[in-house]
Amino acid sequence: MGVGGFFTSKLDEAIGWARKYSIFQYPFVTACCGMEYMATACSHYDIDRFGAGLPRFSPRQADVLFVVGTISHKMAPVLKRIYDQMTEPKWVVAFGVCTCTGGFYANYATVQGIDTIIPVDVYIPGCPPRPESVIDGLMKLQDKITAQVQRY
Amino acid sequence: MPILDELRRRFGDAIVETDDHRGDLTAVVARDGVLGVLAHCRDEAALAFEVLMDLTAVDYQKFPGREDGPRFEVVYHLYSIARNHRLRLKVRVDEDDASVPSAVALWPIADWLEREVWDMFGVRFEGHPDLRRLLLYEEFVGHPLRKDYPINRRQPLIGPAT
Repeated sequence: MGVGGFFTSKLDEAIGWARKYSIFQYPFVTACCGMEYMATACSHYDIDRFGAGLPRFSPRQADVLFVVGTISHKMAPVLKRIYDQMTEPKWVVAFGVCTCTGGFYANYATVQGIDTIIPVDVYIPGCPPRPESVIDGLMKLQDKITAQVQRY
Repeated sequence: MPILDELRRRFGDAIVETDDHRGDLTAVVARDGVLGVLAHCRDEAALAFEVLMDLTAVDYQKFPGREDGPRFEVVYHLYSIARNHRLRLKVRVDEDDASVPSAVALWPIADWLEREVWDMFGVRFEGHPDLRRLLLYEEFVGHPLRKDYPINRRQPLIGPAT
């Protein structure tokens, strides 16, 4: 590794470190998992400790798309459009089994996992997941952001 | 019960069958007479069914003992606020002629309820002003609450809204 490589890898680390503590999420809340998302966001579990305390309700200002709750086929085009409106760099968290796999909604109306529509970085299973699982997922996302190699 | 007796006396053959299960009143009505019976139920002062609580359907295709009969039953639930009583009306229709006169002119709420029944069961409502799917998207093929709709059938994902 040359001197240039040394500097870019150190720069990657610095950018990743900065990004992982400034997560602006877009909560795409459609169902009951939203309750658990709120519990996680409030003072008791306090995701502000991880730099993710400020949800932005505009996809253009958000880095992480939290898909919280069942996605029906009728909602799928809306979710795709929200994802397309987000600017790079962007990450997606599938919150709860319905977004991961469709969950027990194995029926005509429900998308069987949002990864059939958009790429997903972290899956948080549970029906709904406990706040501890959410924080675990968030920390895994932070690890992923730190390790990410930047494109210059 | 007075309500069912009154309906039978007034409409005769249009009332196919009645049932009184512990005060829970049901009348099966012939399709041609259903609008008349519904209008009478709403407008007659002694009945005064101002509210169409629900309008739904049942698919009896695989129901034990009823496989050979008419496949669908459209069910109207009526409630009277003034008199605090309820009535259930049913209309039986065959699969190859699955259509019922629309009740939108009597209760505006029937608009969306009938669209939902069309969406889920494929029962048409003659005279409905705008019989489109209500819950599912336009490209959806079939009617998912029919008993012969395969439980595992997945339809292709639709594209982004334009």
